[in-house]
Amino acid sequence: MNRSNASRGARSRRRFLQHAGAIGAGTLLGVPLRAVAADDVTLPIANGMRPVVAYPQKRPLIVVTSRPPQLETPFDVFDDGVVTPNDAFFVRYHLAGVPTTIDVDSYRITVKGKVATPLSLSVDDLKRMDAIEYYAVNQCSGNSRGFFEPRVAGGQLANGAMGNAKWRGVPLKAVLARAGIDASARQVTFNGLDTPVLPTTPDFVKALDVDHAMDGEVMIAYAMNGADLPMLNGYPVRLVVPGWYGTYWMKHLTEITAIEGTLSDFWMATAYRIPDNACACVPPGASPTKTVPINRFDVRSFTTNPRDGATVTANAPFTVRGIAFDGGFGIRHVDVSTDGGSTWREATLGADLGRFSFREWKTTASVPAGTHDIKVRAINAIGNSQPSEPLWNPAGYMRNVVETTRIRAA
Amino acid sequence: MRPNRNVARAVSAFATLVAASAFALTIDLPKETTRLKDAPGVDLVQRTCSVCHSYDYIVIQPPGKPHAFWKAEVEKMKKVYGASIPDEQIEPIAQYLTRAYGDGKVEPGAKSAAR
Repeated sequence: MNRSNASRGARSRRRFLQHAGAIGAGTLLGVPLRAVAADDVTLPIANGMRPVVAYPQKRPLIVVTSRPPQLETPFDVFDDGVVTPNDAFFVRYHLAGVPTTIDVDSYRITVKGKVATPLSLSVDDLKRMDAIEYYAVNQCSGNSRGFFEPRVAGGQLANGAMGNAKWRGVPLKAVLARAGIDASARQVTFNGLDTPVLPTTPDFVKALDVDHAMDGEVMIAYAMNGADLPMLNGYPVRLVVPGWYGTYWMKHLTEITAIEGTLSDFWMATAYRIPDNACACVPPGASPTKTVPINRFDVRSFTTNPRDGATVTANAPFTVRGIAFDGGFGIRHVDVSTDGGSTWREATLGADLGRFSFREWKTTASVPAGTHDIKVRAINAIGNSQPSEPLWNPAGYMRNVVETTRIRAA
Repeated sequence: MRPNRNVARAVSAFATLVAASAFALTIDLPKETTRLKDAPGVDLVQRTCSVCHSYDYIVIQPPGKPHAFWKAEVEKMKKVYGASIPDEQIEPIAQYLTRAYGDGKVEPGAKSAAR
């Protein structure tokens, strides 16, 4: 894990800030955890300057918006390992009524609607049930939106609205079975503690079809990487929908409702829709004629080292490494090019942490003096891969172009 | 003895708070620091938009977008997010946003507002 001097410098600065954050955080009773301001970063997009601030329980992260909070993970974190630490995990809220104090003892998750026995469960009730655990990537639908061309409105993100964690909790199926879901139920809806400022703003409620909710994999998670969820990631429980975009991963989950019909609120029927075609794309600037709710991740892969703009020694071997993931079929192989896509070689895959996890890959390369474009392309277990040119849709969702990292050899 | 009783009451209230928070996780979100550019209409935009979100929602948007982009955003806030924006204020807000954060070109026939 050799790192360039520049990134080592960045890391030590980060460590200092984490330390400063720890002092500021304080664990004394009644002392709220506070944010610590750091500095700025400029993302590689027009108008890309962002503050970098340590929010409560977080190391310094890139601030996309502050109210409600949207925080992006600095890309260097993805080179530190395939598991994203809780304090570096991205944050995305929709509504400014964000919970800032939660008493876990009085917290309840209600299960209602088309069920035989409505339930009111505490977090301890969940912890007494049989647990499941797996690694899964959470990714914002609009991750990488800032790279869309033409640019589109929305959260102007680089590639840091994603993360991989080991989630622990109970299968949603077990909870629904305990309540006795009715045969007439077609969808299950999920609501959390976050609320709109105005009564006229639609509350953030999402739905999954019953078959999906009952697949045994969708999880009500109470732990993340062996610890409580950070407040800003949904403490004390959130829904985990492995392989599916973060919009379904309801934070601070409080209400689970089985319904007969299909939820047609703003967040299902108008927002988070993608073109209803195989590429989820339309020609740049066009509007789709038919849309469907966003669902499963497409295939993505990233080079985490060397970083864009780095310099390597000419004609000397160096390691190229990164991560790949997909919507839950699993990464089958990863190809790497160091000549801008003319020739490709297969990378070696790292440990398999499950089909929902980031998969590490690495290879060794050597290039002559000059400028070189490293490209990486993953293929999943059902043969899906990544486009060589970016696809476009009006909301800026699901970017998965083959990524290019430009380096210089000298 | 009234002052003493008040002190006692305050102490007791504090103790209750501490007891209630024994198992609560509490965070303090940082103060907002992003400000809007000074241009005609900035007061109206501050008043209207800050009800629901911080100004960085505006400031981070792609540069150089036309009036139609900004007007569509204002209309979206009213129609789908339920912001209480009177119809006659949509244009002045869109014009401010276009001038301060867009391509600066305000549509012909729409220049009467925002001064």
